[in-house]
Amino acid sequence: MHPHISTFYLASVRVRAAELLPWIVALAAFFLFPDFLSLGARILIYILLVLSLDLVIGYAGIVTLGHAAFFGIGAYTAGILSAHFGIKDPLLQLAAAGTVACLVGFGTGLYVLRTSGLTLIMLTLAISALCLEVANKATSWTGGADGLSGVTIAPILGYFRFDLWGKTAYLYSLAVLFVVWWLVRTLLNSPFGASLAGIRDNRTRMEGIGALVNRRLVQVYSISAGIAGLAGALLTQTNQFVGLNALGFELSGEILVMLVLGGVGRLYGAFIGTAAYLIAQDQLAKKFPEDWYLGVGILLVGVTMFARGGLLGALDSLTARLRRALKL
Amino acid sequence: MTPALEVKGLCRSFGALIVADHIDFQLERGARHALIGPNGAGKSTFVNLLAGRLRPDAGRILLDGQDITRLSAAHRVKRGIGRTFQTNTLFRHLAVLDNVALAIAERMGVSGQLFRAASAHQEVIEEARALLTMLNLMALEKTVVRDLPYGQQRLVEIAIALGLRPRVLILDEPAAGVPSHESYLIFDAISQMPADIAILFIEHDMDLVFRFARRITVLASGAILMEGTPKEVESDRKVREIYLGESRG
Amino acid sequence: MLLSEIVSVLFHGAAYGTILYVISVGLSVTMGLMGFANLAHGVFAMAGGYTLTTLMGWYGVPFPLALLAAFVGTAVIGLILERLLYSRLYDAGELVQVLLCIGLIFIAVALARIGFGAQAQRVALPGYLQGQVSILGRDFIAYRVFIIIFSALLITALWIVIERTRWGAIVRAAVDNGRMAQSIGINTAMVFTLTFMLGSGLAGLGGALGVDLLSVQPTYPFEYLIYFLIVVALGGLGTVRGPFFAALLIGIGDTACKYWVPEFGSFFVFLAVTVILGLRPKGLFGTRA
Ligand SMILES: Nc1ncnc2c1ncn2[C@@H]1O[C@H](COP(=O)(O)OP(=O)(O)OP(=O)(O)O)[C@@H](O)[C@H]1O
Ligand SMILES: [Mg+2]
Repeated sequence: MHPHISTFYLASVRVRAAELLPWIVALAAFFLFPDFLSLGARILIYILLVLSLDLVIGYAGIVTLGHAAFFGIGAYTAGILSAHFGIKDPLLQLAAAGTVACLVGFGTGLYVLRTSGLTLIMLTLAISALCLEVANKATSWTGGADGLSGVTIAPILGYFRFDLWGKTAYLYSLAVLFVVWWLVRTLLNSPFGASLAGIRDNRTRMEGIGALVNRRLVQVYSISAGIAGLAGALLTQTNQFVGLNALGFELSGEILVMLVLGGVGRLYGAFIGTAAYLIAQDQLAKKFPEDWYLGVGILLVGVTMFARGGLLGALDSLTARLRRALKL
Repeated sequence: MTPALEVKGLCRSFGALIVADHIDFQLERGARHALIGPNGAGKSTFVNLLAGRLRPDAGRILLDGQDITRLSAAHRVKRGIGRTFQTNTLFRHLAVLDNVALAIAERMGVSGQLFRAASAHQEVIEEARALLTMLNLMALEKTVVRDLPYGQQRLVEIAIALGLRPRVLILDEPAAGVPSHESYLIFDAISQMPADIAILFIEHDMDLVFRFARRITVLASGAILMEGTPKEVESDRKVREIYLGESRG
Repeated sequence: MLLSEIVSVLFHGAAYGTILYVISVGLSVTMGLMGFANLAHGVFAMAGGYTLTTLMGWYGVPFPLALLAAFVGTAVIGLILERLLYSRLYDAGELVQVLLCIGLIFIAVALARIGFGAQAQRVALPGYLQGQVSILGRDFIAYRVFIIIFSALLITALWIVIERTRWGAIVRAAVDNGRMAQSIGINTAMVFTLTFMLGSGLAGLGGALGVDLLSVQPTYPFEYLIYFLIVVALGGLGTVRGPFFAALLIGIGDTACKYWVPEFGSFFVFLAVTVILGLRPKGLFGTRA
């Protein structure tokens, strides 16, 4: 499933030209598709979320089914701050949402990551079901099944208002995504990133060189939860609304699909998979909602059977094959 | 002087099978100590108990006089116990240099660093290269471990342990599975290690044992049968009967 | 007053619990046997539910026959899916297995919606199972009494099969030590397939039996998945007895919570599960990891 990066200590960390591509595309899309900016913002936000999922699944090797919980926690934090406490500054909300999600990630991580395999999957699922039930029943805080409305957001830095066309939302999300991408990229190239690869490769060996494996997993888990929380806050701010579906098992499943579609453990898999999924969904799901889910299901089964590297993996093997063909 | 490692009354069983039976054992500072015994005697189990991979049912383990019985494997490494595994336990998908660098970074305490690239940590890389040079692996630094022949993988196993700069080094059949002409290379590397490291090694080849060990412990059915200098062990009737007699036909 | 409430909670909880058990027991055994976390197990239960409602509602098939059809039909679906998909992923790592299951869930949800619409299916029970029966001076819903009795018989039969027959012995041996079983000449692939089939069939039967407890609708596999998994996780993998007690506990616990503290919904059940699993990763009644 995962591609294997073979060296960290001998790797060059300079930004390759191809790595600029997503940002060029994102900026170009801003000017080329002014009518689709709210979809665009949604894509950027979900990329952020899927990126955080990749950190946990792809890089730390923790299979979780409860990742949406952190997204939801971030979303509700931002929403509740605005609706109940009158804190409407978006950056403040963002910081708060990231912090709260990170802390919850830390607490649950300490608890959950002592286990492994099926128990771990179960625990992540149970905890996210717990969060969902809290959001569902604590109606005076969250609005329950009707969702939390009455969320208003002040202009960013007191100046950039969230406009009807989603221009501000788009650029704001893009900026947050860019910063997080840079941090994640740095982290993955660091000794910390190398040790994550070590844990995934051989946990026994990692313990045998004195690594406190569990502590490190809790660290990634909290970082990832924090990022998911940021994404949740962005969603609240751009929609001015939070619903229960920001927390559900279905969302956890869907983001897993996006990640797998793009390619697990590839950093840019999150970008490609999410964009492809959400654009296709936008085009198809409204017209053929049932067929859409059927298609996604079939696609997923197909991926597990035939294309475990996702789109980027397919691209890799294609270029490898081309290269071999050209040499011959 | 307190011994580097001391074991008192160590017991462990798997179900009804007793694999460590009240073992008392001492490893002196700077020791070159061999642990021998027939297959299934409990040698690897003993190593796993020392290294913290297994919990003893009873008994105590002291490192430099301090009780480490309850410490996890990782914490024992931090206290200075390094070990190799009988079957290669390596980062198979990583380059040779990274295998060693991970251990060194862990020892130096830089492996938790998030914001500087691994490749910018020159101190780690230089030390790793020095080790690889010593073990004749320098030309292979970029090779992925999985692609190495078995004998060289054994060397990487040793390089990782050395990268930890242990005070006590435990080698579980370091030359296992290596063709005999190559096993000397491995033992040459071991014999060049700093004199103050206490080394305990398991080995089946008696020529190697008699050549490199200054002390030998014989384990049979989880209990210590005898301990002494190579001369004493070689001349012991019991050992000849149940162990040397067997292996030398 | 309180006593009658307790009796009522115990009664409904027991009916709910036995249904959960019949559905989940196959999941427990397959997980223990093949180490495969079949998150799509609810799909089989849903398929059983639809089989029953369709056969009875549209074709007027009598209830007992429809139950039988739900069992056989889902067992066959299980057979096909195991041979075609699951069996190829036994060694493939958790992530891939999880993905396959999510894919299957998506497909099943979509197919159910296309075939039957989004609303829950209703079914008219046969006359002899409608109404109330009076036991020791109390009235109980007849159908739930039937569920409890039928499941009890089924469970007894199942335990006899597992513990007294040759096949049961083989399954237990394979759960304990797959490689050993293989090395003494047991065709483990065959054991896997048969077990999977039986587990799926039981899930279908449970889904059919439980039509009025777990409503048959397209989101079924998502909605109840957590309950099935909880039963298995608490019960301990690879056993047939553990999940029984776990299912009863959850059935009664969930019913009690919804009866006495409805404002908290399933909160306490999930909380209890989280705590228990964290403290006892092998489950309450399990001995194996
Ligand atoms: N995890 C375990 N569970 C059950 N039995 C075990 C386990 N590990 C080892 N054993 C058994 O304990 C006994 C001792 O094993 P151990 O590996 O310590 O022997 P050894 O002396 O290292 O043998 P060898 O020379 O073959 O490496 C063997 O009979 C082995 O089968
Ligand atoms: Mg051994």
